[in-house]
Amino acid sequence: MPLPKVIDYGTPLRESADTVTLTIDGRAVRVPKGTAILAAARSHGIEIPKLCATDMVEAFGSCRLCLVEIEGRRGTPASCTTPAEDGMVVHTQTARLAALRRGVMELYISDHPLDCLTCSANGDCELQDMAGAVGLREVRYGQDGRKHRTEAKDESNPYFTFDSSKCIVCSRCVRACAEVQGTFALTITGRGLESKVSTGSFDFLSSECVSCGACVQACPTATLNEKSVIEHGTPTGATITTCAYCGVGCSFRAETQGGQLVRMVPYKRGQANEGHSCVKGRFAYGYATHPDRITRPMIRARISDPWREVSWDEAFAHAASEFRRIQAQYGREAVGGITSSRCTNEETFLVQKLVRAVFGNNNVDNCARVCHSPTGYGLKQTFGTSAGTQDFKSVAQADVILLIGANPTDAHPVFASRMKRRLREGARLIVADPRRIDLVRSPHIQAAHHLALKPGTNVALINALAHVVVSEGLVREDYVRERCDLASFEAWARFIADPRHAPEASADITGVPAGELRAAARLYATARNAAIYYGLGVTEHSQGSTMVMGMANLAMATGNVGRVGVGVNPLRGQNNVQGACDMGSFPHEFSGYRHVSDDATREVFEQLWGVALAREPGLRIPNMVDEAQSGHFKGLYIQGEDIAQSDPDTQNVIAGLSAMECVVVQDLFLNETAKYAHVFLPGASFLEKDGTFTNAERRISRVRKVIAPLAGLADWEVTLGLAAALGYPMQYAHPSEIMDEIARATPSFAGVSYARLDELGSIQWPCNAAAPTGTPIMHVERFVRGKGRFMLTGYVPTEERTGERFPLLLTTGRILSQYNVGTQTARTPNTRWHDEDLLEIHPFDAEQRGINDGDRVLLRSRAGATSLRAQISERVQPGVVYTTFHHARSGVNVVTTDYSDWATNCPEYKVTAVQVTRTAAPSDWQRENAARADFLRRIERELPEGAG
Amino acid sequence: MKPDKLARMANDIAHNLAALGDAAPAAIAEHLRHFWTPRMRKELLQLIQAGGASLEPTVVEAARAL
Ligand code: SF4
Ligand code: SF4
Ligand code: SF4
Ligand code: FES
Repeated sequence: MPLPKVIDYGTPLRESADTVTLTIDGRAVRVPKGTAILAAARSHGIEIPKLCATDMVEAFGSCRLCLVEIEGRRGTPASCTTPAEDGMVVHTQTARLAALRRGVMELYISDHPLDCLTCSANGDCELQDMAGAVGLREVRYGQDGRKHRTEAKDESNPYFTFDSSKCIVCSRCVRACAEVQGTFALTITGRGLESKVSTGSFDFLSSECVSCGACVQACPTATLNEKSVIEHGTPTGATITTCAYCGVGCSFRAETQGGQLVRMVPYKRGQANEGHSCVKGRFAYGYATHPDRITRPMIRARISDPWREVSWDEAFAHAASEFRRIQAQYGREAVGGITSSRCTNEETFLVQKLVRAVFGNNNVDNCARVCHSPTGYGLKQTFGTSAGTQDFKSVAQADVILLIGANPTDAHPVFASRMKRRLREGARLIVADPRRIDLVRSPHIQAAHHLALKPGTNVALINALAHVVVSEGLVREDYVRERCDLASFEAWARFIADPRHAPEASADITGVPAGELRAAARLYATARNAAIYYGLGVTEHSQGSTMVMGMANLAMATGNVGRVGVGVNPLRGQNNVQGACDMGSFPHEFSGYRHVSDDATREVFEQLWGVALAREPGLRIPNMVDEAQSGHFKGLYIQGEDIAQSDPDTQNVIAGLSAMECVVVQDLFLNETAKYAHVFLPGASFLEKDGTFTNAERRISRVRKVIAPLAGLADWEVTLGLAAALGYPMQYAHPSEIMDEIARATPSFAGVSYARLDELGSIQWPCNAAAPTGTPIMHVERFVRGKGRFMLTGYVPTEERTGERFPLLLTTGRILSQYNVGTQTARTPNTRWHDEDLLEIHPFDAEQRGINDGDRVLLRSRAGATSLRAQISERVQPGVVYTTFHHARSGVNVVTTDYSDWATNCPEYKVTAVQVTRTAAPSDWQRENAARADFLRRIERELPEGAG
Repeated sequence: MKPDKLARMANDIAHNLAALGDAAPAAIAEHLRHFWTPRMRKELLQLIQAGGASLEPTVVEAARAL
């Protein structure tokens, strides 16, 4: 698609029901109240020259290029800082204005290098455009402005450069960093002609900059410019698509030149991100063309054999015959599939269809098992459906934000920027987290309360918060009476009022002082709008599901569900984990969260698919691993998932995989799981296919093909190939037809189609006759299940306890620049920020063990041991250690145990009893794993023609 | 599935539904029907027949309804 020009309105477009009408250059113009004249004019096609204004930030009024004349007013006010008013008569083009603007441009240009023809921004530079727009023909002041022309370019950031000689000190970058990103990494230092942009540090890389790219986007010149553009030249085409990293689901313009991706620019009209991005989606796409990509199908009889490259047809035929052999020999239940939360809705739908319709069982699961399956269970029990209640925008109206077990500035950065903006406007923040995350205190942000609880005590904490609400008369009784199931409320209120739930009683368990907890509970309960946001620190516990229900109880009791600014919101991890769950990638549910035992639903699918379907639930991922070891489960089709690295208790997972007779891995890379596979089917990255992703706010967005699939087939086509080889051809010419089938079979998707998505940009489900444009906020007049149901949430301590052998508690998390097990980000220059996992340990615990910062330490649990380097940090409490899990060589999941959530088997990643000691060498597992890796990954390549 | 794992999973469910009091066994049974495969439920019954010493009494009671 040719590169469409993105309109810059110059100042933010306002949302207001009140409008004003004015006249600009003789035309009547009507805009929402509060809109600046600059944007009012641009939104009606009238372009006023501008330099220091851009619509992503508030106006600053420094360049004086956007001057206008207003009848009845003196002087020539800046149109970017002057609000449009009723009855105004504005002139944007007069002889006086033209002369003034030329004068301004002359000054700018006298201080700017005139190497336009060789500049990387040639053709994409606002300074150049403005010189043309104002008709600049001469520069009377000469060309030797004092500009910092001698200063070296700052090329420290792996993705963009800073060339101060080209800077016009418009401060758009400074404002973008502050207002859009909320990091405040940049300032203007010096005065007058000496003023310049500063990172306050030696260079960008060593500064506070988080490489979100907002400043690069804001910069009107080549001062801040993408290295990829410098290298390849300016793009000539663009496709709108969706980021494939996290559950924020940012929308991007993938800009290309001659079939090559040149840059990703956050899309201003993207409803999830509204023009913002983080370092991953914006810059870390290089993995898609990394030389490690496997682009030929491969098979082998035993995992000890080398891989043999084969044709697609041979690979499909081999996999199909193996699955059929296994079912004939061990029974229909002996095979299953794992859908990928990284793949599209259409692709996950096809994999679960293949399992149910072709394998004939319900052994299908997805990685939500190990992250947000408790969200699904808990929200369904209480509210009636398995999804977050709000859109992201809603946070702009929250007055109190309760953030539990989530670290959005690292894991959901674009949402974090929205949240920080609201906090800067005065909303109060309560953080419940064992660790002092950045949001507890960062520039212009200070949490009102940090409830630094002990890992594994969430339920005791939420019960104590609820106890304060009930015992201090803070329940919103009118709301509860009208919206909730009263019998369940009364039983819950009696239960929670018991003195054992009082903050004073639970302080010993949680470690949170009762006074602090009471104050936090009052703050949450008495806010006009209070919203809960949470992450895996809630779900990945033995009581993950109980905690989700506890949060839902608290929100209902205080009337905080069903309108803008409130709600209970999971910050979901993978780009499409919401979608994978919606699409029926669970062993007990069809698409739309309908149980497999429900006859009416089964009939719908039996009609559509023309086969009888199983009515009993199938195996969840951990059950598959266990059943493999018991000899009952023998074949697994894994689409885009690396269970040997990402799932807990690695050695147990490997034992399970090794006991299987046919493991089919479909992936971009020969990942850890592929070491135990018999068939490898090359996957396609998000750039190589069409489809949709659904983000954490239930927003379905289009993924559009930017480049051709490297291996020739998109993932949905691979599943079609496998199904056909299994004797069940599925007829789809395009993913839009798969979506049509989903819509036909799933009431909450009934109104979704590609045509509708093109029209609306994106759609939040439910979308059907009752909600034809989708549903930004759920449970508005009634809960999906009718009345909100309170659930009893007894605290049951985890069996994973510290003791003499394992005295410390390990908890895990993520870092901004890396993503999950690093499959993608570790293959990009993002490793410049983080190239190994470190173990954070409190100075007290380190000293007791004679550990210094940077020492290699052995991290040991009852499941296994690994080694990594220590980082001494007061972010963690004494008794708690913390690490990330981004690098395969650290193998943190060798240490995590197979304890799991009682309701869903979601692993208890967040609590493992460990011991930490100094060591000089890698652990036994690390040594063996490294030795085995090369052996299990051998590929026997046929000699190229003519060789030998 | 290994009996000790199965028992631990069943007991976890029982502990978390204990707050329901008399209603707990029925809720446990419903949970098992909803989320466990027929083989896992069968193996739980076999465990009970074999003595089931490690199981919570509410699990044993729930199993009667399976
Ligand atoms: S890249 Fe983002 S964080 Fe870094 S300076 Fe620019 S706006 Fe600030
Ligand atoms: S770096 Fe770019 S955006 Fe920042 S002040 Fe200079 S010209 Fe303006
Ligand atoms: S916030 Fe998430 S979706 Fe957005 S650019 Fe970053 S990784 Fe991609
Ligand atoms: S654009 Fe208005 S003063 Fe610069």
